[in-house]
Amino acid sequence: MNKVRRSLFKLTGSVIAIAAAGAAGMLRPLLGWAAPWNKAGFESKALADALKSLGAANAPESRDIAITAPDIAENGAVVPIAVTSRIPGTQQISIVAEKNPFPLAATFDVAGGGEGYVSTRIKMGQTSDVWAVVKADGRFFTAKKEVKITVGGCG
Amino acid sequence: MAEPMKIRATLQGDTADVRVLMLHPMETGQRRDGKGEIVPLHYIQSVLVTHNGKAVLDAQWSQAVSRNPFLGIRVKGARVGDKISVTWVDNKGDKRTDEATVAAAS
Repeated sequence: MNKVRRSLFKLTGSVIAIAAAGAAGMLRPLLGWAAPWNKAGFESKALADALKSLGAANAPESRDIAITAPDIAENGAVVPIAVTSRIPGTQQISIVAEKNPFPLAATFDVAGGGEGYVSTRIKMGQTSDVWAVVKADGRFFTAKKEVKITVGGCG
Repeated sequence: MAEPMKIRATLQGDTADVRVLMLHPMETGQRRDGKGEIVPLHYIQSVLVTHNGKAVLDAQWSQAVSRNPFLGIRVKGARVGDKISVTWVDNKGDKRTDEATVAAAS
């Protein structure tokens, strides 16, 4: 009788341990450790709204942000963009194509050993400024570079 | 089921240069198919990169990222043999995770 009670205790204990692990986030899905998907930002149709959604309205320009992109891109469907931020404490880099139907293209949150560098390829509908918006220690900075597009890549 | 990603992680000093190529249509919802019908939005929304299980990059994407997306990042403090894992989730809930090992620069 006593033995049964003991084992029941043990069982209950392990159930509690699993529940605690779940609550501590060990069992939650892998994605979603940072902010939820920025729906308002990705649906905004103007540069100002996109910047606002990031919290970067009126952010100052910084010379410590470098945008590597072609001056002229023949194919708007594949425009290589790399952003390097030398600002200490860089937490986030966003890429915004000003004249795209939805300007905000991507946001990258870096953590741990992640450096202030991202490289990707985006679609651009027409010649436009490409903005890099960097968040470092809670403050926002921007840089921009014009990319001329020969054939738009949104259709 | 989504196609596997190509992941290459090469050590340069103490930093791993990570390059990822994902296979995904990244439909903008503006393109029309042969019959003149709009192809619905279908694109990767979230990408998570981990280094030995620790998150180093959490990206949010729009449909403006090109078809078969490329992602390049650098991870400080990496060593040969470390595990780099990449997971993406698209707007239809499809997801894919692939892993690579950091290799010495050749």
